Amino acid sequence: MSAAVETHTLPGWLNALKNILLFLLRSPTSAFGLAVLAVLILCALFAPLIATHDPYVQALGNTLKPPGNGHLFGTDELGRDIFSRLVYGARITLTIIFLVSIIVGPVGLLIGASAGYLGGKFDTVLMRITDIFLSFPSLILSLAFVAALGPSLNNAIIAIALTSWPPIARLARAEAMTFRKADYIAAARLQGASPLRIIVKSIMPMCLPSVLIRLTLNMATVILTAAGLGFLGLGAQPPLPEWGAMIATGRRYMLDNWWLVTFPGLAILTVSLSFNLLGDGLRDALDPKQMNKR
Amino acid sequence: MSFSRLRLGGAVGQLGSIIVTLLGLLVLTFFIGRMMPADPVRAIVGEDATRETYEQVYHALGLDRPVWEQFVYYMRDVLTGNFGTSIRTGQPVIQDILHVMPATIELATFAILIGACLGIPMGVFAAVNKDRWPDHAVRVFSLFGHSMPIFWTGMIALIVFYAHLDLVGGSGRMDQFYIGLVDERTGFLLIDSLRAGEMDVFWSALNHLILPATLLGYSSSAYITRMTRSFMLDQLGQEYVTTARVKGLSRGQTIWLHAFGNIRVQLVTIIALAYGSLLEGAVLIETVFAWPGFGSYLTSNLIIGDMNAVMTCVLIIGVIFIGLNLLSDILYRIFDPRTR
Repeated sequence: MSAAVETHTLPGWLNALKNILLFLLRSPTSAFGLAVLAVLILCALFAPLIATHDPYVQALGNTLKPPGNGHLFGTDELGRDIFSRLVYGARITLTIIFLVSIIVGPVGLLIGASAGYLGGKFDTVLMRITDIFLSFPSLILSLAFVAALGPSLNNAIIAIALTSWPPIARLARAEAMTFRKADYIAAARLQGASPLRIIVKSIMPMCLPSVLIRLTLNMATVILTAAGLGFLGLGAQPPLPEWGAMIATGRRYMLDNWWLVTFPGLAILTVSLSFNLLGDGLRDALDPKQMNKR
Repeated sequence: MSFSRLRLGGAVGQLGSIIVTLLGLLVLTFFIGRMMPADPVRAIVGEDATRETYEQVYHALGLDRPVWEQFVYYMRDVLTGNFGTSIRTGQPVIQDILHVMPATIELATFAILIGACLGIPMGVFAAVNKDRWPDHAVRVFSLFGHSMPIFWTGMIALIVFYAHLDLVGGSGRMDQFYIGLVDERTGFLLIDSLRAGEMDVFWSALNHLILPATLLGYSSSAYITRMTRSFMLDQLGQEYVTTARVKGLSRGQTIWLHAFGNIRVQLVTIIALAYGSLLEGAVLIETVFAWPGFGSYLTSNLIIGDMNAVMTCVLIIGVIFIGLNLLSDILYRIFDPRTR
């Protein structure tokens, strides 16, 4: 982000972002969330520098070693360094979150904004479709999609995206319905703007903030679903250091070698907890009643 | 315009929307089932079948017909309760599922009881102490339950409480040597063993149930806690609470008799919904604990790629979800006089 260049002009949205960040930092729980997120991003960016070993290199003479002796979190059943695998796993986790968000955000936004703005039959049909998707727990529906598409990391991402757009669409629709009668929309229409142009240029930007918050709140669920799929063998496939898949392979050895499953699980727990805390803080930050009180 | 006519209109409208949703569910499972890149004919006839056999099965499965016609057949099959045969067991899928369902219901029911016993008092406690440390403590505790990957917590719990402390039973529904000792009549092991008078089996079953049920209950208590807290806050902000206090009722009486009394209906509907989302965690926890229920059935069929069984499971979960939504709606209508 070109934050440094723009600070002296400080456009409105950047100023708002700064305020939100300051607010988040004031509460210990959301500050923790932000810190974990920062660590996660750093790990992913500088994985080769942080990792102490190659995450894929097997050392069959050095398998199932407990933590210590040059291996911070021990080694797995193939002698690979667990710490290094976790660090590289951060890349996979971030990729999943990023890809799911950039698929789900625009799709949910477009569907919800169109349904809310156009109304009528179009709205009824679209909302009926979201209802159908919402009548499954997200993990179950992702399971079904991956089963159909075949197990792989990419298919897991597609499956998670396919199941997590409906809540976004719902939200965008509710927002769009409050704007559709506004004067500036009527003005745009009188100028001859097509419905598509109004939706994309005038409605969607207004729905964006709440959609972004909802996406953050969603990320914890996305992480848990991805880890669940990985655990069931339907997500990232073996040599990849995906955290859920690491737990799945470590399961066979867990009773005698606790470190194999403990550390990847702690990583998942920490990241999903911090997204939940962050989402909680974000909700407070954007609630005007809370903002004034503090 | 009478009251009852309005309600009838609402009920008919709701019924219509449920039928549309169910139809959509069928379309969805039908298309996911067809999206599969694997060849369903090959799965049945095997790799070295002759061309004629292949064509025969291809025809028998109706794959040479137009898609809409196949959908009509699929719908007819589902409506008549014909969900196909499981490749793994050779039994009708629906029979398999009915056989494993009681194990899951037993687990989920215990879990929801634990979740409610944990979540409701915590929610009330948090609401009463809003913005003070107990509120924050409850929030972090319940977010923790909401954030943990339940399959991992299950393993850690097994390592600690089973392998090291030996406090609870390990995987499965009971100890190995009790299997087959009690006739399956209801499929609910606790009930069956009590009826047969086999107390050893009963205790063994309970011992195996307690750990997975507690973990599931803890993870579902996050939602219950959050909703209880916000319902209670709504009530505590109202004037009748102040009035009750002014009249001389104690704090406890005001909270539990007056404010809590008013949120009971809402809580029932919330718990019905939480029961549905428990099923999601049940799929993972059953895999970890080798619990022979619906979730294990689903995942084991996923791995061998038996789409018939998988899609039937998905369909059933969808129907259960819609049913629970409907139930929570009906409960609300029955218990809340304002909706009449």
